[in-house]
Amino acid sequence: MRLVKSGHVIDDRYVRVLDDAPIPDDVPVLVPAARFLADVADIARREAPTGVLWPNNRKVAELAPHLDALALVALVFPSFRDGRAYSQARLLRENYGFRGELRATGDVLRDQFIFLVRAGFDAFEVKKDADVAAFAGEIARHTVFYQPTGDGRLAAARARHGRPGPAEAAVAKGEPVR
Amino acid sequence: MYIYDELDRTLVAERVSEFRGQVARRLSGELTEEEFKPLRLMNGVYLQLHAYMLRIAIPYGTLSSAQLRMLAHVARSYDRGYGHFTTRQNIQFHWIKLKDLPDVMADLARAGLHGMQTSGNCVRNITTDQWAGVAPGEIEDPRISSEILRQHSTQHPEFSFLPRKFKIALTASAHDRAAVRVHDIGLHMHRNGAGEVGFEVIVGGGLGRTPFIGKTIKHFLPKRDLLSYVEAILRVYNQFGRRDNIYKARMKILVHELGAEAFAKEVEAEWQSIKDGALALDSALIAEIAARFRYPDYEQLEDSPQQLAQARAADARFSQWVDNSVANHKVPGYAIVTLSLKPEGGTPGDATAEQMDAIADLADRYSFGEIRVGHEQNLVLPHVAQRDLAALWRALDAVGVATPNVGLVSDIISCPGLDYCSLANTRSIPVAQELTRRFRDLDLAHELGRLHINISGCINACGHHHVGHIGLLGVEKNGEEFFQVTIGGRADEQARLGALIGPAVPYAEVADVVEDIVAAYLELRARPDEIFLETVERVGVEPFKERVYAAR
Amino acid sequence: MTSPLEKKLKIVGPVLITANRLNDGAVIYRTADGRWTTDFDRAAVVTTAPAASELLEAAVADDLGAVGAYVAPVKLENDGRARPGNLRERIRLKGPTIVLPAPAGLPVTAGL
Repeated sequence: MRLVKSGHVIDDRYVRVLDDAPIPDDVPVLVPAARFLADVADIARREAPTGVLWPNNRKVAELAPHLDALALVALVFPSFRDGRAYSQARLLRENYGFRGELRATGDVLRDQFIFLVRAGFDAFEVKKDADVAAFAGEIARHTVFYQPTGDGRLAAARARHGRPGPAEAAVAKGEPVR
Repeated sequence: MYIYDELDRTLVAERVSEFRGQVARRLSGELTEEEFKPLRLMNGVYLQLHAYMLRIAIPYGTLSSAQLRMLAHVARSYDRGYGHFTTRQNIQFHWIKLKDLPDVMADLARAGLHGMQTSGNCVRNITTDQWAGVAPGEIEDPRISSEILRQHSTQHPEFSFLPRKFKIALTASAHDRAAVRVHDIGLHMHRNGAGEVGFEVIVGGGLGRTPFIGKTIKHFLPKRDLLSYVEAILRVYNQFGRRDNIYKARMKILVHELGAEAFAKEVEAEWQSIKDGALALDSALIAEIAARFRYPDYEQLEDSPQQLAQARAADARFSQWVDNSVANHKVPGYAIVTLSLKPEGGTPGDATAEQMDAIADLADRYSFGEIRVGHEQNLVLPHVAQRDLAALWRALDAVGVATPNVGLVSDIISCPGLDYCSLANTRSIPVAQELTRRFRDLDLAHELGRLHINISGCINACGHHHVGHIGLLGVEKNGEEFFQVTIGGRADEQARLGALIGPAVPYAEVADVVEDIVAAYLELRARPDEIFLETVERVGVEPFKERVYAAR
Repeated sequence: MTSPLEKKLKIVGPVLITANRLNDGAVIYRTADGRWTTDFDRAAVVTTAPAASELLEAAVADDLGAVGAYVAPVKLENDGRARPGNLRERIRLKGPTIVLPAPAGLPVTAGL
């Protein structure tokens, strides 16, 4: 498994904390959802970055009030065929305005990169090393998109008119897209 | 018909290139079958009994003559010389090789055709009334809204891995020819009190293992809100549809388990937060899509021209065909012509490459180059001048697509069944063929009136047997082929599921059973013009059950 | 969902392993020497669950040679020859039971 962000492989700074273990103070940590919510007051006081690993069968609305305390939200694809995290990602980015790292974990494969990027993910725990090298190419090969998402890419309908729509305009202004 | 522009063509070309890469990675072993299968399904590629099957999308059932010629080319060059038109307005080829697929798709792309999203757990072909744009009394052409939805749902990054397949249908006529009430989302266009056009939104319909008629959750959705509301429905389904059990994963199960009201509330909550955002359809956007639909340059013609009356008087067979296969057109002097793909002894919905080429030529000559595909597996020439009907009929007759049985007992709707399909329990095509022989007498067929027989070779119900006037469902008993028989189903605006008439009957007897049901109808009907469906509605299932099972 | 390999195979008579060829979807049968053939008569026929499991496991592992391998029943005739054991397998071997629409100029053939 390699972590890809901004098109490069990077080291994962985040330490995964198991449910009962003490949370170390001065390193970035990735905390499971239940633990995060139970200790959220303490965790918000941390100086080092905090991330939460959020399961795909739990509403992100529960997480929404705490996004300011989070530098990272990691969502889960138990199987690449289970697409629930795509909706969670778009809600986090476009409804709740999350600006931190949004990471795809689990069964993350090459043929879903473009969908993941368009849904708002910017970091990828890529399952196969061979897929890592293909990342840039997979994104570059798609240039036409019919529907607007929060990623700011111009939807075809708007491109025809030559004018940006609300999605693109919001992204340009750094505002939540909705 | 909709004219693709550079953006549409580029999207298809990018997808073709991507799939070419995926096929290569599969053939080299870089992708396992488990990883490849959803990818090939999203391009319409199934593995069936004898070979791969390719299902090609015919968006809302509209084809140009150039596209029909391309389908003939695929049939001829990559398959065994024929194709099969389906109950969702698509076409299937049954003998495709995986290694040929990238080339097949490149050829198809040249004509603006593709297999994207004709399978897989994504939004499938958007279907509509095969008379869209030409039916008298239609509110407006539903294909414009269909195209808007088609674009929105194509390669949608959030909804390409749904719990299960997702089917949307639209109609804009009071009489629903698109079966909207048995789709995941059905959209029935109508006017509100203020005369504005909008959609009745019906959700959770579907056939298959657990059939449901859909429930209306919004009586009037303005056009502006079409995409945001559909997006909200899909988002609710994507998050909360069941993923633990493939047989409970369709949206109809979610709607049923939550209840329509609770489901509607979830949708409403999501919709409220997005309805005024990027998906709001302004009139300029809608007009832009509408402008890319080309409509024929109709001539100013009179209804019932002399030539037509004379030709009818001179040829009884022609006259019979006009009565059966020709429908009124909204433009005076024109007609909607149905081409029966249900000849005696034939496979319902099949056409050879030669037939496709001939029909394409006739479309150019007589229908402004446009053809439609109906969910009853017949074709339509939607813009024929009445004065041309006689000449057209002679040509159609020569091609074998003028059997005057449209809507009658021998106009059977059937899935491919066990002769082709790896999901099937029984064969269906030979049953359909036998029934067309039993009911070959056109006078009898005419006497019986409108009567839809639907045959499915398994519970997946691709033959739509649940909504047949007579429905046959293939089941297996002790390794033998049997059929469950239902009657009284209908797919239109008063959609209803058929009722079982008794124990399953063996393959060898099913044609006899259908004959007995028809004989019972003739005996029970109140008047000659009371159609089969009305008789069943009036007297119920019992009288049929008695007569059919008396001697069995 | 239980993998077919984890489920205990139950055999009630002679069986073979069949699948579809990856590159063209043709019907193929697993042979005793670990290969695939389109010739039904060269298929390995086994009569015990362990033998079938072993054949199936090897077949499934051959992801490049075949797709969708499974255990199919076989009928043994009086003369000892094997025949497809049900209608589905007969159709897979012989083709559709209906007359296919023929391309112009080619002879028409029927299945069973």
